[in-house]
Amino acid sequence: MKTVVIVGAGPAGITAARTLLDHGVTPVLVDESLRGGGQIYRRQPANFQRSAKQLYGFEAGKATLLHRTLDELATLVDYRPETLVWNAENGRLDMLNNGHAESIEYAQIIVATGATDRILPVPGWTLPGVYSLGAAQIALKYQGCAIGERVAFCGSGPLLYLVAYQYAKAGAKVVAVLDSAPFSAQCRALPALLGQPATLAKGLYYRAWLTAHGIPVHQGATLSHIDGEQRVTGIHWDQQEIACDAVAFAHALRSETQLADLLGCEFAWNALNRAWLPQRDAAGRSSVAGVYLAGDGAGIMGADAAQMAGERAALALLEDTGIAIDPRRPAVLEQQLASIQRFRHGLETAFPFPENWAAEAPDELILCRCEEVSVGEVRAVVDEGHWEVNRVKAHCRVGMGRCQGRMCGLAAAEIIAERSGREIQNVGRLRGQAPIKPLPFGVEVQP
Amino acid sequence: MALFKRLAETERPTLTFTLDGQPATGLLGDTLLTAVLTCAEHLRGSDFSAERRAGFCLMGACQDCWVRLEDGRRVRACSTLLEDGQAIRRDPGRQA
Repeated sequence: MKTVVIVGAGPAGITAARTLLDHGVTPVLVDESLRGGGQIYRRQPANFQRSAKQLYGFEAGKATLLHRTLDELATLVDYRPETLVWNAENGRLDMLNNGHAESIEYAQIIVATGATDRILPVPGWTLPGVYSLGAAQIALKYQGCAIGERVAFCGSGPLLYLVAYQYAKAGAKVVAVLDSAPFSAQCRALPALLGQPATLAKGLYYRAWLTAHGIPVHQGATLSHIDGEQRVTGIHWDQQEIACDAVAFAHALRSETQLADLLGCEFAWNALNRAWLPQRDAAGRSSVAGVYLAGDGAGIMGADAAQMAGERAALALLEDTGIAIDPRRPAVLEQQLASIQRFRHGLETAFPFPENWAAEAPDELILCRCEEVSVGEVRAVVDEGHWEVNRVKAHCRVGMGRCQGRMCGLAAAEIIAERSGREIQNVGRLRGQAPIKPLPFGVEVQP
Repeated sequence: MALFKRLAETERPTLTFTLDGQPATGLLGDTLLTAVLTCAEHLRGSDFSAERRAGFCLMGACQDCWVRLEDGRRVRACSTLLEDGQAIRRDPGRQA
């Protein structure tokens, strides 16, 4: 049998590797990070002492189990940490490991590339002291640090309350939580959220805990701008302001889809994620034979779903290879995934996308932090008659910088759609390019 | 002034490094980003206005935390662990 590669050692990739190994297939497991685990279950460096309970709270058991699985796999599969897959072409992956380039031919691949925060920029967002919600969580979980002395948490989504709670619990001063979603939206979402009562209970617990500890939580409050010259000094919303030296903000998550794009997967507009996503069937098969998709990289569903999808995709790969699996297992997994998907609809109602963001964004707002392209510059290109996102990128370099539109691409599409009077799904999809991330000069290439 | 504040794991061994030639200390297990931002306020200057930047995503996606090492290598501060004796330089950035 030819090589099976899994890209990403988070909940989806680890579970996929375990499942393949249990059926006699030894995969190559490639991960960009040093210690694996993904982002939500990211592991602290080996010499840190905090317990899993301190790091992962209610999820400590799941995190510990996942890490133990990865530790076992590390000796049994071809595990390659600190390795970036930066290109995919003709059945071959190009990778970079500690400055060394290598390639690998694969017969089948499971793409489990995860997600990053979904960012809707506000004036001042490039100042030192402003981070994504995920970043704020990583600073604490991975490094034992707060992003500042007095921290404000803004935006929306489940991560907002979770990270604010984790900060306050760890002894940081949380000056305010601004949730752009109104309370009424969360009430409307209750019926769908009740489908996953444990998850709902955790969310309510974080909120209640913050209020009980005197931390101001403002609902229906939209961050309008961040003050500061050399670093953050305060935030503004709805004629209110508060002094702080750090801000964490995001509106939920976005999928990392570049690799699926380079692998040739067909994409379709996904209204729930408000994003273009690689198409997949209920098992995780993409439009390309031998390419499977699992976890948040194929649509945001969270860590529990990622584990199930990782297992389901691995089972699909095994089925397609002619290896016998438990015939009852796929249906069980697919039912569980469907249930989480219903919950996800509830979350989208509870934390709705702020549809007025694009109309209200000021012209001088820096949209693309790499190339320093303003909202006004993007609007000017649209006013010249351009409305397709790749075309607009070619004209003003929005999304063309080092991050390849990871931070600004979705926001740029919103600005283009609003200005051109088109629906967001009708302004095109920012294409992925190799190298997926910047490569250093002087890479040693194997002959 | 520092940007980041240490809340936990402060009993780790100390590592020394230099930041733009000035002596500084970090702790074993710090990323370059943590080591720099617990004693300074930024990591780099931006490419078109030399505006100060201090990283943003901390997960290797935004590419806004690049710093330079003594051998000329440019590394992402968020995903590179500090080593004793390293000389870290911050690019001042450029004005358009």
